[in-house]
Amino acid sequence: MIEIKDLHAKVEGKPILKGLSLSIKPGEVHAIMGPNGSGKSTLSAVLAGRSDYEVTSGSVTFLGQDLFTMSVEERACAGLMLAFQYPVEIPGVKNVYLLKAALNAQRKARGEPEMEAPAFMKLVREKLQFMKIDNSFLHRAVNEGFSGGEKKRNEILQMLILEPKLVLLDEIDSGLDIDALKIVSEGVNSLRDAGRSFLMITHYQRLLDYIEPDFVHVLSDGKIIKTGDKSLALALEERGYDWVLEEIA
Amino acid sequence: MKQYAEAFTAFNRDAENGWLKSQRIAAFARFEYLGFPTSSVEEWKYTDTKALAKREFKLATGYNQSAAAELFASKGLTLDAYRLVFVDGLLSPELSNLEGLQEAVVIEPLSQALATELELTCGMMGRLAGIDVDVFTALNFAFVNEGAVVRIGNNQTLNKPLLITYLSMANDAAVMSHPRIIVAAGANSELQLIEHFIGEEEAQNLTNRVVEGIMERNAKIHHTLLQQPSDKEWWIGRIQIDQKRDSRYTSHQMNLGGKLVRDDLVCDLNGEGAECDFSGLLFGRNRQHMDIHTLVNHNAPLTNSYETYKTILNDRSQGVFNSKVIVKKDSQKIHAVQNNANLLLSDQAQINAKPELEIYADDVKCAHGATTGQLDLDALFYLMARGIGEEEARGLLTLAFANEVIDKLELPEIYNLVETTVAGQLPHKIELELTQ
Repeated sequence: MIEIKDLHAKVEGKPILKGLSLSIKPGEVHAIMGPNGSGKSTLSAVLAGRSDYEVTSGSVTFLGQDLFTMSVEERACAGLMLAFQYPVEIPGVKNVYLLKAALNAQRKARGEPEMEAPAFMKLVREKLQFMKIDNSFLHRAVNEGFSGGEKKRNEILQMLILEPKLVLLDEIDSGLDIDALKIVSEGVNSLRDAGRSFLMITHYQRLLDYIEPDFVHVLSDGKIIKTGDKSLALALEERGYDWVLEEIA
Repeated sequence: MKQYAEAFTAFNRDAENGWLKSQRIAAFARFEYLGFPTSSVEEWKYTDTKALAKREFKLATGYNQSAAAELFASKGLTLDAYRLVFVDGLLSPELSNLEGLQEAVVIEPLSQALATELELTCGMMGRLAGIDVDVFTALNFAFVNEGAVVRIGNNQTLNKPLLITYLSMANDAAVMSHPRIIVAAGANSELQLIEHFIGEEEAQNLTNRVVEGIMERNAKIHHTLLQQPSDKEWWIGRIQIDQKRDSRYTSHQMNLGGKLVRDDLVCDLNGEGAECDFSGLLFGRNRQHMDIHTLVNHNAPLTNSYETYKTILNDRSQGVFNSKVIVKKDSQKIHAVQNNANLLLSDQAQINAKPELEIYADDVKCAHGATTGQLDLDALFYLMARGIGEEEARGLLTLAFANEVIDKLELPEIYNLVETTVAGQLPHKIELELTQ
């Protein structure tokens, strides 16, 4: 699915990622954990294509293509989706318009015909119901005045409709109460299948109780320093990061 | 100035002696006395008329009928309306249509009104926009000859909108026109007035249009001004409205360009319960210069005024927004809101925004604000990260900025035109009923 090799990246001239390598196969769910400032959010920003992050060396191959030759929207159309840690508010653009414009842009890129309004609305209503979001949401501006939980649910709703191949979940659990976390997790789990992969970035083991990862990586100072299974997350929760660092040293 | 003097002498020489002829002479003298405004005149501080003053414009003596018909067919609004069409300031009888007017309603070309009901027409003219208002209004008065007279009787609702279209043609020599629209709306009457200015590509004319409207008790006027001049064109506009008790005037202005486009909009709220609501969009490109000045006089208590103007400036275009609300000493319990937001899409675009309040009463509710910014890059990234192309994403965000004012446009034809101009061709809109 995605092959990240020896990735180095800078933000405002400061090196953040310092040789990160990671390989995700179709159907796998990976979690990246790590202390603040270790480069977790930089990784997702670089993969999604933010221009204020400078890639200095290394490569990323996404579905056989060099990711860094693709524009932001090309990455999205190829099936990469970043669920934002802080989804932006976009006053004046309705959710329904964003969903339709995004879906049809992606379909067009794949050479599929645009989805007609009735079929589109049927799809959207189904997903709204699944995410326990009221229909009135469609006519509200994107994320405007949404609570933290609503914003995250909106990210997952978009994911359900766009059906990306690789989803980057950047601290999708932050700001969620238990009920919202359950709904968000159910949304994610409903999309898990042999052809789709997930990369979760999180601080807390709690999320992993709901979305079980196949692999857990520890990111520190821009590199993955340890990889394990779900039990690694439990150990981190219990003992913090210091012991991993010591083990490496 | 000399060219104006020559044109004026030729224009007024053969007019019948009387009030109109002498008023025109007085108006021209006023124009000559004031001259083109310099930047030391407060109202013209940010709009330079030097280039305009240097230009030479003649009065049109005729026009090419088929070219006018073609321009009207390609860009004119097709809505079902009473129509008056002027080509370079001259009435186009073949494109106009006032058939089927209801009783107690008069709509006629100004030239006709002056020919048939001189005294009545002169009595209405200049009451609000007389020769002493400003230099361009004086110039308009000096050359006043064509335009429209609209009289809506008491308790009458005009059964179709009135559409006044100004066609400005690309002639060998630049022409000037000075249309004047006079509206008298009777008690409890209602009127929808749409003015559409269309410039042929390469047209380089001066249009100096004045509207004066008197609104009796509980009268309603919905006024839309859609401006699509060419990039080389000059437009000076003034609207003066006098509002009696409980009357309501709404103005939607869509200014889509021109070399220099300046509008003054003035409402006098003279009776309790009178209300005016202005909204507008100024959309500039290239080196266009657009300027809106509004003034609301709260001369009576319990009057309301609302203003929302948005400016979107590309390239090296410039905008000026100046709104003034004056609350007289005994005008208590008034409500006035002025909103202005400006979006600069280029580093070289420029806006001068100045909302002003002068309050001499003590029990009032007034709010004003002006903001200027650029497209939100985080929002742009968010849309693109969902697969939407950059151009479309920019269009969507630009449109979103303008939505508040363009959503007030009730006619789909105008809405679509403005939307396409602002945002480019967006993928098809979702039918609202399907999403209920």
